[in-house]
Amino acid sequence: MSTFELFRVAFGALRVNLLRSTLTILGIVIGVAAVITMVTMGAGTQAEVDRQIQSMGSNVFMVRSGSPRRGGPRAAVGSEQRLTEADAAALKREIPEIVAAAPTLRGNGQAVVGNLNWATTIQAINRDYLIARGWQIDEGRDFEPQELRSGAKVALLGATVAEELFGVGSVVGQTIRVKNVPLTVIGTLAPKGQTSMGSDQDNIVMVPLETGRKRLVGRSSSRAGGVDILFVSVEEAWMMDDVAEQMREFFRRRHRVATDAPDSVFIGNMSEWMETRAETQQLFNTLLAAVASVSLIVGGIGIMNIMLVSVTERTREIGLRMAVGAKGRDIMRQFLVEAITLCLAGGLIGIALALAISLAVARLAGWPVLVQWPVVIVAFAFSGAIGVFFGFYPARKAAAKDPIEALRSE
Amino acid sequence: MDLMRASQGAPAILACRDVVKTYSLGAERVAALRGITLDIGRGEFVSVMGPSGSGKSTFMNLAGCLDTPTSGEVVLDGERVSDMSRDDLADIRNRKIGFVFQQFNLLGRTSAKDNVALPLLYSGMSKAERSERAEAALAEVGLDDRMNHYPSQLSGGQQQRVAIARALVNAPALVLADEPTGALDTQTGHEIMGLFHSLHQQGITVVVVTHEAEIAAFAEHTLRFRDGQLAEDEGNRRAKAVA
Repeated sequence: MSTFELFRVAFGALRVNLLRSTLTILGIVIGVAAVITMVTMGAGTQAEVDRQIQSMGSNVFMVRSGSPRRGGPRAAVGSEQRLTEADAAALKREIPEIVAAAPTLRGNGQAVVGNLNWATTIQAINRDYLIARGWQIDEGRDFEPQELRSGAKVALLGATVAEELFGVGSVVGQTIRVKNVPLTVIGTLAPKGQTSMGSDQDNIVMVPLETGRKRLVGRSSSRAGGVDILFVSVEEAWMMDDVAEQMREFFRRRHRVATDAPDSVFIGNMSEWMETRAETQQLFNTLLAAVASVSLIVGGIGIMNIMLVSVTERTREIGLRMAVGAKGRDIMRQFLVEAITLCLAGGLIGIALALAISLAVARLAGWPVLVQWPVVIVAFAFSGAIGVFFGFYPARKAAAKDPIEALRSE
Repeated sequence: MDLMRASQGAPAILACRDVVKTYSLGAERVAALRGITLDIGRGEFVSVMGPSGSGKSTFMNLAGCLDTPTSGEVVLDGERVSDMSRDDLADIRNRKIGFVFQQFNLLGRTSAKDNVALPLLYSGMSKAERSERAEAALAEVGLDDRMNHYPSQLSGGQQQRVAIARALVNAPALVLADEPTGALDTQTGHEIMGLFHSLHQQGITVVVVTHEAEIAAFAEHTLRFRDGQLAEDEGNRRAKAVA
């Protein structure tokens, strides 16, 4: 009998008990579907995280004042060392690996055009900011040095703000009002999309640092050149750890921190943080995939159970086949092929189900669908292997039957 | 007499020499056959009778190469089968034996033709040849118009004809029928026996096990078993009359 014929015969035998066969392979279906869905979704999350890291600007540190320590004694309010514009300049001077160090102030406000009114984030920056964050200008131009020096009333608009206030028309040269300050739009920013936290990075109005300090997001502490966050970007990713250490040392010296005191600044590495988050997600997915493979094993045991029932039910058939010349290995092959057919059918249905689920979830979550074909193939092969493994014992039991006893059975 | 016949005519298709078969039931050993010596010649039509426990089933199992004797020798169509391995016995059954059972033993949801072709599946024959031979065998039992019917669509007699076609499909040296009329009404049973008779006339060797004297009478002669021994080997008037 050819292989094709073997499978055809097995398929026919399984169709006799269609409902039973279907129920039997459910475990395999669910197992395969779960494994593939988890892996596909894991790949989707990873891709999404990569995209977000890309949008954050690669190799970027966020430096904030204050120690990352939680609990324990904290420095008294006001005794904290503020970060300043001068810190940014000094950093860039002293650590050559630093490409850009951007002092920023941040606040919220309403952007108004005519009778339109949009709540947005106001970010006061210098020229280093767009470089550090890897942010492109879509239309118009960046701030000029003298605009930065003088605190000119100019602004760059994020894509969301531009669209909300001006629709699709040209934006450059228009005027918006923020906190009653008229700002001339000199450019728009290329869209960056959402952060991993779900906030819209494009809902932003950028103004020169000086403008922000004086008119828009200034606070008492910012008068003396104080800023909220320094965005520091480094040439290459592999320099990150070294540069972080250098910066820590730099600020300890600069702020005259006692040897046993905690750091005066918090240096956050966004991509590292997001990688950690991604790893957690991956771990979670791996865990789910592991649980799903338990379902495969349980499914396999189900297959074995049904095959044992089938062997018992078909004892006479086995006897007859042996009487007309089937050898033990022929009977063995027949039942093994049936078990494999069951499992492969389950695998195929599981794959189809997984693709449907992955597609639906990816569409809902806005992820890319990244079907991991090697995983699909492995899952399919694995379901076949389950058929061999769990089909072996029942098949061997069938093959070991005595033809006389088998023929006599009811 | 058996030995005489063996020496006289054509070589025996089945030759048994001092065949003993004992089973162990727990600690007890039960002798099912206590030394059987007999020959069945090529082309003979023999019936086997005897009460239950007489050893006739054991004899049939040995003759059908489903089992091997505890001692003694069984030679089927020139091949010594009494000490063959399981696989070799399966091979012998495949090539030289055709079985007919009381309960027909057809595969459900399988067409008459595929049922008949079943033994050929295990003989490594091409699909085309299997199909051709199955059709020929079905034609021989007069069912050429029922090739693609399922067993459930056939009457008992027709089912048994399909089973007989299956027994013939591998051109066996010996057709063994175990109570072939046991599940049929008298009329149909007689028709089936008529079919066996005509097969016999074509030169096929047929052995029928039965407990009905009326059925046994279709054969040329009858082997009677009692207590694991061959009680008598008698000719049948009716068979002779037909012949």
